[in-house]
Amino acid sequence: MRGEVEIPLNKTQKLRLERALEKLESISSKANLSDASVTVADEISVNYEDGVLQGHGTSEMNGRLVATVCGVVERVNRLVYVRALRSRYKPETGDIIVGRVIEVAPKRWKVEINFSQDAVLMLSSMNLPDGIQRRRTAVDELNMRSIFEENDVVCAEVRGFQHDGSLHLQARSQKYGKLDKGQLLKIPPYLVKKRKQHFHHLNDYGVDLILGCNGFIWIGEHVAAVDDMVVDQIIKSEQPDSKAGDSVNSDEQEQSYTSLDIRQNICRMANAVRVLSSLGFMVTMEAIVEIVKLSNSKKFDIHDMLGAEFYVVVAEEEATRRSSSSKKR
Amino acid sequence: MEFVNPEGLRLDGRRATEMRQFRAEIGVVSRADGSAVFEMGNTKVIAAVYGPREVQNKSQQINDKAVVRCEYSMANFSTGDRMRKPKGDRRSTEISLVIRQTMEACILTNLMPRSQIDIFVQVLQADGGTRSACINAATLALADAGIPMRDLVTSCSAGYLNSTALLDLNYVEDSAGGPDVTVGFLPKLDKVTLLQMDAKLPQDTFKNVMELAIEGCKAVANYIRDILMENTKRLECRRGV
Repeated sequence: MRGEVEIPLNKTQKLRLERALEKLESISSKANLSDASVTVADEISVNYEDGVLQGHGTSEMNGRLVATVCGVVERVNRLVYVRALRSRYKPETGDIIVGRVIEVAPKRWKVEINFSQDAVLMLSSMNLPDGIQRRRTAVDELNMRSIFEENDVVCAEVRGFQHDGSLHLQARSQKYGKLDKGQLLKIPPYLVKKRKQHFHHLNDYGVDLILGCNGFIWIGEHVAAVDDMVVDQIIKSEQPDSKAGDSVNSDEQEQSYTSLDIRQNICRMANAVRVLSSLGFMVTMEAIVEIVKLSNSKKFDIHDMLGAEFYVVVAEEEATRRSSSSKKR
Repeated sequence: MEFVNPEGLRLDGRRATEMRQFRAEIGVVSRADGSAVFEMGNTKVIAAVYGPREVQNKSQQINDKAVVRCEYSMANFSTGDRMRKPKGDRRSTEISLVIRQTMEACILTNLMPRSQIDIFVQVLQADGGTRSACINAATLALADAGIPMRDLVTSCSAGYLNSTALLDLNYVEDSAGGPDVTVGFLPKLDKVTLLQMDAKLPQDTFKNVMELAIEGCKAVANYIRDILMENTKRLECRRGV
């Protein structure tokens, strides 16, 4: 939706896009999706006799339940809440998120995760690089920058809110930690659905995909499950000792080299995510892979994926996909 | 000068109680959390909302509610003669304050403790009633950003010239020197959150003028509601299941 203003479409493309979007609208109106939409201060009709639990996005005004945000009314038994579209991320315990370290503070990192405040990742709530379970010493505290630095992109899990209202993260597993060799994309969090699996390894492309619940999406070169932090640590600890630092460096460079086709795959995927989010479509692993395949089969260059033509093609494809899936039901 | 001719038409051809045409668009700034453009006739205003986000200046942090900040500015090209005023002049500081107070009254700040909400409004074309247009644009942008609010604040101005109450003054009428009543209104709660007038007006006339302005606010509210509803439905149906 945001992209519409920016992308210049020619006349036929405009028509095709309109037709595709109309089709989408008719499908969703059949499914009665849009009936429950409310805007700010709209009244929500509820049956008061049963008793109502006020959820998020609602408040009581003159004895009636009204919405305080624009969104869709959801009802779970007695609970009534409004699911806001286009708002910042609301963390829930256990969510997998991608964030950016913005500050290294005593015993903790401050991480930006598109929430109303910065999240806190304590040194004590993450696995040490050597993998040993022990108390964190002052030395560990001094070496915090060797784990994460400012502006590093990290992946972690929401641990929950503390008593003082701050949000804490944890990274107690091999799969969490620093992310490198890839791209970070920021999309509105309502386009990411919570699912069982947020880490995806796409074998065909040699790419790792992390769909953070907070709308941060990581697309990077696949790293094998071995703990590369240990390797890093060894290299770093060796470096001061070994006189032949140059050879180690060249080794490192060789290791960090990402091949061209993997880079291209990463870019292709990133552009697929960009197109999906600018159209306002749900971003899932399947959708991304589908768009990538579509771009490959229709021979779109990577840079053309952000152009008007591909934008329209994606909208059309989505319309046909949804209409076929709704027919199956 | 004659502002209302004998046929009851104003300089731009409107009736006394007629508003200018509105146009609103949501989602115009891609990097902002919420954004909107609002036009009333030739007045055009863009608003962008960032937040709720971490408080930048820790000393301003409030422990049980959000800090609301607002910055109003006028683009150099917005008026007839190109002006080069410094950013923090008195007029814009005052309007920033007015907009901030009006918006703060409707945002449920207690739901977002220790965070800050930034509202930036810029006048792209000025043709009278920029204050009202800014408040309307800011409301739309806040609603787009998904920030919980008690109600939509809408605003409209009214004036009194040639012994007639006029709704939604344009620049020529505004600069005529008559009274200019700007009202900020919560339509569902039926409450006034902003009332400004910088002239004298007899009490009974003032009542009429203010009621006229409130009617204007209600008309704006209906329009804004439609725009938001359309936007919400579109986002939801695009997202799919």
